[in-house]
Amino acid sequence: MSERELRISKIENGTVIDHVPGGEALNVLAVLGIDGTGGETVSIGMNVESDALGRKDVVKVEDRELSQDEVDVLSLIAPEATINIIREFDVVEKKRLDRPESVSGVLACPNHDCITSGDEPVETKFEVLDSGVRCVYCETIIREDITDHIVR
Amino acid sequence: MRHDHVLTARQLSREDVEEVLDRAAEIAADPDAVSDRHAGALLATCFFEPSTRTKMSFEAAIKRLGGDVVDMGSVESSSVKKGESLADTMRVIEGYADAIVLRHPKQGAAKMASEFVDVPLLNAGDGAGHHPTQTLLDLFTIREAQGLDDLTIGIMGDLKYGRTVHSLAHALTTFDARQHFISPESLQLPRGVRYDLHEAGAQVREHTELEEVLPSLDVLYVTRIQRERFPDENEYRKVAGEYRIDSETLEAADDDLAVLHPLPRVDEIAPEIDDTEHAQYFQQAHNGVPVRMALLDLLLDGAAVGAIGGDAR
Repeated sequence: MSERELRISKIENGTVIDHVPGGEALNVLAVLGIDGTGGETVSIGMNVESDALGRKDVVKVEDRELSQDEVDVLSLIAPEATINIIREFDVVEKKRLDRPESVSGVLACPNHDCITSGDEPVETKFEVLDSGVRCVYCETIIREDITDHIVR
Repeated sequence: MRHDHVLTARQLSREDVEEVLDRAAEIAADPDAVSDRHAGALLATCFFEPSTRTKMSFEAAIKRLGGDVVDMGSVESSSVKKGESLADTMRVIEGYADAIVLRHPKQGAAKMASEFVDVPLLNAGDGAGHHPTQTLLDLFTIREAQGLDDLTIGIMGDLKYGRTVHSLAHALTTFDARQHFISPESLQLPRGVRYDLHEAGAQVREHTELEEVLPSLDVLYVTRIQRERFPDENEYRKVAGEYRIDSETLEAADDDLAVLHPLPRVDEIAPEIDDTEHAQYFQQAHNGVPVRMALLDLLLDGAAVGAIGGDAR
Protein backbone atom coordinates (compact mmCIF):
# COMPACT_ATOMS: atom_id res chain seq x y z
CA MET A 1 0.00 0.00 0.00
CA SER A 2 1.43 3.37 -0.96
CA GLU A 3 1.74 6.22 1.49
CA ARG A 4 -0.83 8.22 -0.48
CA GLU A 5 -3.37 5.42 -0.40
CA LEU A 6 -2.85 4.95 3.29
CA ARG A 7 -3.30 8.63 4.01
CA ILE A 8 -6.37 9.60 2.05
CA SER A 9 -8.02 6.82 0.15
CA LYS A 10 -9.85 4.91 2.84
CA ILE A 11 -11.87 7.65 4.48
CA GLU A 12 -14.88 9.46 3.05
CA ASN A 13 -15.28 12.27 5.56
CA GLY A 14 -13.25 13.25 8.61
CA THR A 15 -9.65 13.97 9.56
CA VAL A 16 -6.39 12.22 8.75
CA ILE A 17 -3.50 13.03 11.06
CA ASP A 18 -0.34 12.04 9.27
CA HIS A 19 3.37 12.10 10.01
CA VAL A 20 2.87 11.42 13.68
CA PRO A 21 6.12 10.18 15.30
CA GLY A 22 6.17 6.39 15.43
CA GLY A 23 4.46 5.07 18.54
CA GLU A 24 2.62 8.30 19.40
CA ALA A 25 -0.75 7.51 17.80
CA LEU A 26 -2.45 6.52 21.03
CA ASN A 27 -1.17 9.67 22.68
CA VAL A 28 -2.63 11.68 19.82
CA LEU A 29 -6.01 10.14 20.53
CA ALA A 30 -5.58 10.82 24.25
CA VAL A 31 -4.77 14.46 23.60
CA LEU A 32 -7.85 14.78 21.43
CA GLY A 33 -9.98 13.11 24.07
CA ILE A 34 -10.93 10.30 21.72
CA ASP A 35 -11.38 7.11 23.70
CA GLY A 36 -13.99 5.29 21.61
CA THR A 37 -16.93 6.34 23.74
CA GLY A 38 -17.82 9.16 21.34
CA GLY A 39 -18.81 6.74 18.62
CA GLU A 40 -16.24 7.89 16.08
CA THR A 41 -14.76 5.33 13.72
CA VAL A 42 -11.01 5.54 14.24
CA SER A 43 -8.28 3.83 12.25
CA ILE A 44 -4.68 3.78 13.33
CA GLY A 45 -1.55 2.87 11.45
CA MET A 46 1.47 2.49 13.69
CA ASN A 47 5.10 2.36 12.65
CA VAL A 48 4.26 2.68 8.99
CA GLU A 49 7.25 3.13 6.69
CA SER A 50 7.87 6.77 5.82
CA ASP A 51 10.47 8.37 3.59
CA ALA A 52 10.57 11.44 5.79
CA LEU A 53 10.38 9.95 9.27
CA GLY A 54 11.51 6.38 8.81
CA ARG A 55 8.59 5.18 10.87
CA LYS A 56 5.43 7.12 11.43
CA ASP A 57 1.92 6.71 12.76
CA VAL A 58 -1.25 7.71 10.96
CA VAL A 59 -4.59 8.38 12.65
CA LYS A 60 -7.86 8.61 10.77
CA VAL A 61 -10.99 9.87 12.50
CA GLU A 62 -14.10 9.48 10.42
CA ASP A 63 -16.93 12.00 10.37
CA ARG A 64 -15.13 14.44 12.60
CA GLU A 65 -13.22 17.52 11.52
CA LEU A 66 -10.71 18.68 14.09
CA SER A 67 -10.85 22.31 15.15
CA GLN A 68 -7.76 24.49 15.00
CA ASP A 69 -7.60 24.43 18.82
CA GLU A 70 -7.52 20.64 18.80
CA VAL A 71 -4.89 20.66 16.13
CA ASP A 72 -2.73 23.10 18.03
CA VAL A 73 -2.69 20.89 21.11
CA LEU A 74 -1.20 18.14 18.99
CA SER A 75 1.88 20.26 18.49
CA LEU A 76 2.98 19.35 22.00
CA ILE A 77 3.58 15.72 21.07
CA ALA A 78 3.65 15.65 17.27
CA PRO A 79 5.03 18.94 16.00
CA GLU A 80 5.71 17.55 12.51
CA ALA A 81 2.22 16.11 12.05
CA THR A 82 0.08 17.12 9.09
CA ILE A 83 -3.67 17.43 9.37
CA ASN A 84 -5.89 16.74 6.40
CA ILE A 85 -9.60 17.43 6.44
CA ILE A 86 -11.38 14.99 4.16
CA ARG A 87 -14.72 15.46 2.45
CA GLU A 88 -16.05 13.07 -0.16
CA PHE A 89 -12.65 11.30 -0.21
CA ASP A 90 -10.81 14.51 -1.11
CA VAL A 91 -8.45 16.59 0.98
CA VAL A 92 -10.28 19.90 1.23
CA GLU A 93 -8.09 21.56 3.85
CA LYS A 94 -4.67 21.13 5.36
CA LYS A 95 -4.39 22.58 8.85
CA ARG A 96 -1.16 24.00 10.17
CA LEU A 97 0.15 23.12 13.62
CA ASP A 98 0.80 26.19 15.76
CA ARG A 99 2.00 25.86 19.31
CA PRO A 100 -0.80 27.26 21.49
CA GLU A 101 -0.11 29.70 24.31
CA SER A 102 -1.72 27.30 26.78
CA VAL A 103 -3.53 23.98 26.96
CA SER A 104 -6.35 23.11 29.34
CA GLY A 105 -7.54 19.74 30.54
CA VAL A 106 -4.98 17.86 28.46
CA LEU A 107 -2.11 17.28 30.89
CA ALA A 108 -2.08 16.31 34.56
CA CYS A 109 0.34 18.18 36.80
CA PRO A 110 3.00 15.82 38.16
CA ASN A 111 3.35 17.86 41.36
CA HIS A 112 1.35 16.06 44.05
CA ASP A 113 1.24 19.30 46.03
CA CYS A 114 -0.41 21.20 43.19
CA ILE A 115 -3.95 22.37 43.88
CA THR A 116 -5.08 20.65 40.67
CA SER A 117 -4.06 17.28 42.09
CA GLY A 118 -6.94 17.28 44.59
CA ASP A 119 -10.70 17.28 44.23
CA GLU A 120 -11.12 20.93 43.37
CA PRO A 121 -13.48 21.87 40.52
CA VAL A 122 -10.69 23.17 38.34
CA GLU A 123 -9.25 22.02 35.05
CA THR A 124 -5.51 21.71 34.66
CA LYS A 125 -3.95 24.46 32.59
CA PHE A 126 -0.42 24.67 31.25
CA GLU A 127 1.38 27.57 29.68
CA VAL A 128 3.32 26.38 26.62
CA LEU A 129 6.98 27.40 26.76
CA ASP A 130 9.54 27.35 23.97
CA SER A 131 10.71 24.12 25.55
CA GLY A 132 8.11 22.28 27.57
CA VAL A 133 5.03 23.39 29.46
CA ARG A 134 4.40 25.01 32.83
CA CYS A 135 1.51 24.51 35.23
CA VAL A 136 -0.38 27.78 35.56
CA TYR A 137 -1.22 26.99 39.19
CA CYS A 138 1.89 25.55 40.87
CA GLU A 139 4.37 26.62 38.14
CA THR A 140 5.93 23.18 37.80
CA ILE A 141 7.73 22.88 34.47
CA ILE A 142 7.59 19.68 32.41
CA ARG A 143 10.25 19.42 29.76
CA GLU A 144 10.77 15.71 29.24
CA ASP A 145 8.24 13.00 28.49
CA ILE A 146 5.23 15.27 28.21
CA THR A 147 3.17 12.37 26.92
CA ASP A 148 3.53 10.65 30.30
CA HIS A 149 1.31 13.36 31.74
CA ILE A 150 -1.55 13.24 29.26
CA VAL A 151 -4.93 12.93 30.97
CA ARG A 152 -6.29 9.60 29.76
CA MET B 1 -14.09 48.30 45.56
CA ARG B 2 -11.46 47.02 43.21
CA HIS B 3 -11.54 43.30 42.64
CA ASP B 4 -7.85 42.56 42.42
CA HIS B 5 -5.73 39.95 44.09
CA VAL B 6 -2.18 39.60 45.35
CA LEU B 7 -1.11 36.08 44.43
CA THR B 8 2.60 36.12 43.64
CA ALA B 9 5.47 38.55 43.85
CA ARG B 10 5.99 37.99 40.15
CA GLN B 11 2.85 39.97 39.38
CA LEU B 12 4.16 43.04 41.25
CA SER B 13 6.00 45.64 39.24
CA ARG B 14 8.65 47.82 40.80
CA GLU B 15 6.09 50.63 40.84
CA ASP B 16 3.61 48.40 42.69
CA VAL B 17 6.20 47.49 45.30
CA GLU B 18 7.30 51.06 45.78
CA GLU B 19 3.71 52.23 46.12
CA VAL B 20 3.12 49.74 48.94
CA LEU B 21 6.43 50.46 50.66
CA ASP B 22 5.96 54.22 50.44
CA ARG B 23 2.48 53.90 51.89
CA ALA B 24 3.82 51.60 54.63
CA ALA B 25 6.45 54.17 55.52
CA GLU B 26 3.78 56.87 55.83
CA ILE B 27 1.68 54.63 58.04
CA ALA B 28 4.63 53.61 60.20
CA ALA B 29 5.47 57.27 60.73
CA ASP B 30 1.92 58.22 61.74
CA PRO B 31 -0.31 55.19 62.38
CA ASP B 32 -2.97 57.27 64.13
CA ALA B 33 -3.68 59.07 60.87
CA VAL B 34 -5.23 55.94 59.39
CA SER B 35 -6.89 54.48 62.47
CA ASP B 36 -10.39 54.96 61.05
CA ARG B 37 -9.66 54.69 57.35
CA HIS B 38 -11.44 51.37 56.93
CA ALA B 39 -13.93 51.43 59.78
CA GLY B 40 -16.43 48.65 59.23
CA ALA B 41 -14.27 46.71 56.78
CA LEU B 42 -14.08 42.98 57.40
CA LEU B 43 -11.10 40.80 56.58
CA ALA B 44 -11.58 37.02 56.39
CA THR B 45 -8.58 35.03 57.56
CA CYS B 46 -8.49 31.48 56.19
CA PHE B 47 -5.45 29.57 57.37
CA PHE B 48 -5.35 25.92 56.36
CA GLU B 49 -1.82 25.72 57.77
CA PRO B 50 -0.44 27.00 61.07
CA SER B 51 0.67 30.61 61.23
CA THR B 52 1.62 33.06 63.93
CA ARG B 53 3.26 36.09 62.38
CA THR B 54 1.35 36.29 59.13
CA LYS B 55 -2.05 35.69 60.69
CA MET B 56 -1.59 37.99 63.67
CA SER B 57 -0.04 40.79 61.65
CA PHE B 58 -2.93 40.73 59.18
CA GLU B 59 -5.36 40.84 62.09
CA ALA B 60 -3.46 43.69 63.69
CA ALA B 61 -3.28 45.51 60.36
CA ILE B 62 -7.01 45.50 59.64
CA LYS B 63 -7.85 46.41 63.23
CA ARG B 64 -5.41 49.32 63.19
CA LEU B 65 -7.21 50.53 60.06
CA GLY B 66 -10.50 50.50 61.96
CA GLY B 67 -11.75 47.22 60.53
CA ASP B 68 -12.25 43.79 61.98
CA VAL B 69 -11.62 40.10 61.31
CA VAL B 70 -13.79 37.11 60.66
CA ASP B 71 -11.67 34.03 61.17
CA MET B 72 -12.36 30.65 59.63
CA GLY B 73 -10.69 29.01 62.62
CA SER B 74 -8.81 25.78 62.44
CA VAL B 75 -9.35 23.27 59.66
CA GLU B 76 -10.51 20.77 62.25
CA SER B 77 -13.34 23.02 63.37
CA SER B 78 -14.47 24.12 59.90
CA SER B 79 -16.52 22.62 57.09
CA VAL B 80 -13.26 21.70 55.42
CA LYS B 81 -13.21 18.79 57.83
CA LYS B 82 -16.44 17.61 56.21
CA GLY B 83 -14.77 17.47 52.83
CA GLU B 84 -15.77 20.85 51.41
CA SER B 85 -13.62 21.97 48.49
CA LEU B 86 -11.48 25.06 48.78
CA ALA B 87 -13.41 26.56 45.87
CA ASP B 88 -16.71 26.21 47.73
CA THR B 89 -15.23 27.51 50.98
CA MET B 90 -13.96 30.60 49.20
CA ARG B 91 -17.26 31.21 47.41
CA VAL B 92 -19.07 31.17 50.73
CA ILE B 93 -16.59 33.33 52.61
CA GLU B 94 -16.46 36.04 49.96
CA GLY B 95 -20.00 36.87 50.99
CA TYR B 96 -18.88 37.51 54.54
CA ALA B 97 -15.92 39.83 54.05
CA ASP B 98 -14.42 42.63 52.01
CA ALA B 99 -11.14 40.78 51.45
CA ILE B 100 -9.77 37.29 52.07
CA VAL B 101 -6.37 36.22 53.33
CA LEU B 102 -5.61 32.62 52.41
CA ARG B 103 -2.88 30.25 53.50
CA HIS B 104 -3.06 26.73 52.12
CA PRO B 105 -0.67 23.77 51.89
CA LYS B 106 -1.23 23.24 48.17
CA GLN B 107 0.80 25.16 45.60
CA GLY B 108 -1.42 27.26 43.36
CA ALA B 109 -4.23 27.32 45.92
CA ALA B 110 -4.46 31.11 45.97
CA LYS B 111 -4.43 31.30 42.19
CA MET B 112 -7.26 28.81 41.97
CA ALA B 113 -9.21 30.42 44.80
CA SER B 114 -8.95 33.81 43.11
CA GLU B 115 -10.85 32.39 40.16
CA PHE B 116 -13.87 31.81 42.37
CA VAL B 117 -14.12 35.11 44.24
CA ASP B 118 -14.60 38.76 43.40
CA VAL B 119 -13.31 40.30 46.61
CA PRO B 120 -9.54 40.89 46.85
CA LEU B 121 -7.68 37.71 47.79
CA LEU B 122 -4.23 37.84 49.34
CA ASN B 123 -1.96 34.82 49.17
CA ALA B 124 -0.50 34.30 52.64
CA GLY B 125 1.49 31.26 51.54
CA ASP B 126 0.60 28.39 49.20
CA GLY B 127 2.66 25.37 50.13
CA ALA B 128 6.16 25.68 48.73
CA GLY B 129 4.94 28.22 46.18
CA HIS B 130 4.75 31.91 47.06
CA HIS B 131 4.35 34.31 49.96
CA PRO B 132 4.14 37.76 48.37
CA THR B 133 3.09 39.77 51.41
CA GLN B 134 6.10 38.41 53.32
CA THR B 135 8.21 39.64 50.44
CA LEU B 136 6.78 43.12 50.72
CA LEU B 137 7.76 43.34 54.37
CA ASP B 138 11.15 41.82 53.54
CA LEU B 139 11.69 44.52 50.93
CA PHE B 140 10.51 47.20 53.34
CA THR B 141 13.06 46.00 55.89
CA ILE B 142 15.84 45.82 53.31
CA ARG B 143 15.01 49.29 52.02
CA GLU B 144 15.10 50.72 55.53
CA ALA B 145 18.41 49.00 56.30
CA GLN B 146 20.34 49.15 53.03
CA GLY B 147 18.23 50.58 50.23
CA LEU B 148 17.11 48.59 47.22
CA ASP B 149 19.54 49.88 44.63
CA ASP B 150 22.97 48.42 43.98
CA LEU B 151 22.19 45.64 46.42
CA THR B 152 24.14 42.43 46.92
CA ILE B 153 22.03 39.88 48.75
CA GLY B 154 22.71 36.34 49.85
CA ILE B 155 19.71 34.05 50.29
CA MET B 156 20.62 30.96 52.27
CA GLY B 157 18.95 27.76 53.44
CA ASP B 158 16.05 25.82 51.97
CA LEU B 159 15.71 27.38 48.56
CA LYS B 160 13.76 24.49 47.09
CA TYR B 161 10.71 24.54 49.33
CA GLY B 162 11.06 28.03 50.79
CA ARG B 163 8.13 30.05 49.51
CA THR B 164 9.48 33.27 51.02
CA VAL B 165 12.65 32.71 49.00
CA HIS B 166 10.77 32.19 45.76
CA SER B 167 8.75 35.36 46.18
CA LEU B 168 11.75 37.44 47.26
CA ALA B 169 13.82 36.21 44.33
CA HIS B 170 11.07 37.17 41.90
CA ALA B 171 10.59 40.61 43.43
CA LEU B 172 14.31 41.43 43.45
CA THR B 173 14.48 40.99 39.69
CA THR B 174 12.81 44.38 39.32
CA PHE B 175 15.53 46.06 41.38
CA ASP B 176 19.25 46.49 40.86
CA ALA B 177 20.12 43.43 42.91
CA ARG B 178 22.78 40.77 42.65
CA GLN B 179 21.37 37.58 44.09
CA HIS B 180 23.58 34.86 45.58
CA PHE B 181 21.81 31.62 46.53
CA ILE B 182 23.52 29.47 49.14
CA SER B 183 22.18 25.99 49.86
CA PRO B 184 22.95 22.29 49.85
CA GLU B 185 22.73 20.93 46.32
CA SER B 186 19.61 18.99 47.30
CA LEU B 187 17.79 22.20 48.24
CA GLN B 188 18.63 24.45 45.31
CA LEU B 189 16.03 26.63 43.62
CA PRO B 190 13.25 24.79 41.79
CA ARG B 191 13.15 24.77 38.01
CA GLY B 192 10.23 27.19 37.77
CA VAL B 193 11.97 29.91 39.79
CA ARG B 194 15.22 29.43 37.87
CA TYR B 195 13.25 29.83 34.66
CA ASP B 196 11.73 33.11 35.81
CA LEU B 197 15.04 34.50 37.02
CA HIS B 198 16.64 33.62 33.70
CA GLU B 199 13.76 35.15 31.75
CA ALA B 200 14.03 38.31 33.84
CA GLY B 201 17.75 38.55 33.15
CA ALA B 202 18.51 38.51 36.87
CA GLN B 203 22.07 38.55 38.18
CA VAL B 204 22.19 35.21 39.95
CA ARG B 205 24.92 32.95 41.31
CA GLU B 206 24.61 29.74 43.27
CA HIS B 207 26.89 28.51 46.04
CA THR B 208 27.13 25.71 48.55
CA GLU B 209 29.40 27.62 50.93
CA LEU B 210 28.50 30.94 52.55
CA GLU B 211 32.18 31.81 52.93
CA GLU B 212 32.48 32.14 49.15
CA VAL B 213 30.33 35.22 49.10
CA LEU B 214 29.77 36.54 52.62
CA PRO B 215 32.25 39.45 52.52
CA SER B 216 30.50 40.97 49.50
CA LEU B 217 26.97 40.91 50.94
CA ASP B 218 24.84 43.86 52.01
CA VAL B 219 22.05 41.55 53.15
CA LEU B 220 22.02 37.92 54.25
CA TYR B 221 18.53 36.40 54.15
CA VAL B 222 18.55 33.18 56.18
CA THR B 223 15.84 30.54 56.06
CA ARG B 224 15.33 27.37 58.05
CA ILE B 225 16.51 24.15 56.50
CA GLN B 226 13.38 22.10 56.92
CA ARG B 227 14.26 18.78 58.48
CA GLU B 228 10.88 17.35 57.50
CA ARG B 229 11.74 17.71 53.81
CA PHE B 230 14.60 15.24 53.98
CA PRO B 231 13.71 11.61 53.34
CA ASP B 232 16.88 10.58 55.16
CA GLU B 233 17.73 12.07 58.58
CA ASN B 234 21.42 11.48 57.97
CA GLU B 235 21.27 13.62 54.83
CA TYR B 236 19.74 16.42 56.90
CA ARG B 237 22.45 16.14 59.55
CA LYS B 238 25.14 16.43 56.92
CA VAL B 239 24.00 19.88 55.84
CA ALA B 240 22.09 21.43 58.73
CA GLY B 241 25.05 22.61 60.78
CA GLU B 242 26.80 23.96 57.70
CA TYR B 243 24.23 26.69 57.34
CA ARG B 244 24.27 28.10 60.87
CA ILE B 245 25.61 31.58 61.46
CA ASP B 246 27.13 32.90 64.67
CA SER B 247 29.47 35.70 65.69
CA GLU B 248 32.47 33.82 64.38
CA THR B 249 30.82 33.33 61.01
CA LEU B 250 30.05 37.01 60.71
CA GLU B 251 33.62 38.11 61.41
CA ALA B 252 34.12 37.93 57.66
CA ALA B 253 31.05 40.04 56.95
CA ASP B 254 30.78 43.74 56.30
CA ASP B 255 30.00 45.74 59.44
CA ASP B 256 26.78 46.95 57.82
CA LEU B 257 25.55 43.51 56.84
CA ALA B 258 21.83 43.17 57.59
CA VAL B 259 20.72 39.69 58.59
CA LEU B 260 17.08 38.87 57.85
CA HIS B 261 15.02 35.75 58.52
CA PRO B 262 11.29 35.22 57.88
CA LEU B 263 11.09 33.30 61.18
CA PRO B 264 10.53 31.02 62.90
CA ARG B 265 14.18 30.12 63.32
CA VAL B 266 15.40 26.96 64.95
CA ASP B 267 19.17 27.04 65.24
CA GLU B 268 20.32 28.63 61.98
CA ILE B 269 21.02 31.98 63.65
CA ALA B 270 22.78 31.87 67.00
CA PRO B 271 21.06 33.98 69.70
CA GLU B 272 24.31 35.90 70.18
CA ILE B 273 23.55 37.65 66.88
CA ASP B 274 20.29 39.04 68.24
CA ASP B 275 21.83 41.97 70.04
CA THR B 276 24.15 42.99 67.24
CA GLU B 277 23.60 45.65 64.60
CA HIS B 278 23.32 42.85 62.05
CA ALA B 279 20.05 41.48 63.42
CA GLN B 280 17.05 42.82 61.54
CA TYR B 281 14.73 39.82 61.81
CA PHE B 282 12.60 40.99 64.72
CA GLN B 283 12.18 44.42 63.20
CA GLN B 284 11.38 42.58 59.95
CA ALA B 285 8.55 40.73 61.70
CA HIS B 286 7.26 43.95 63.23
CA ASN B 287 7.23 45.57 59.81
CA GLY B 288 4.54 43.09 58.84
CA VAL B 289 1.90 45.31 60.40
CA PRO B 290 2.50 48.63 58.59
CA VAL B 291 3.24 46.84 55.32
CA ARG B 292 0.04 44.80 55.51
CA MET B 293 -1.86 47.93 56.59
CA ALA B 294 -0.57 49.64 53.47
CA LEU B 295 -1.48 46.72 51.25
CA LEU B 296 -4.97 46.40 52.69
CA ASP B 297 -5.45 50.15 52.50
CA LEU B 298 -4.57 50.14 48.82
CA LEU B 299 -6.64 47.07 48.00
CA LEU B 300 -9.71 48.19 49.92
CA ASP B 301 -9.44 51.69 48.49
CA GLY B 302 -9.61 50.73 44.84
CA ALA B 303 -8.99 54.19 43.48
CA ALA B 304 -5.53 54.28 44.99
CA VAL B 305 -4.41 50.80 44.22
CA GLY B 306 -2.69 51.49 40.93
CA ALA B 307 -1.70 48.41 39.02
CA ILE B 308 -1.63 45.93 41.88
CA GLY B 309 -3.37 42.70 41.11
CA GLY B 310 -4.32 41.31 37.77
CA ASP B 311 -3.52 37.94 36.38
CA ALA B 312 -0.70 36.09 38.06
CA ARG B 313 -0.98 33.43 35.32
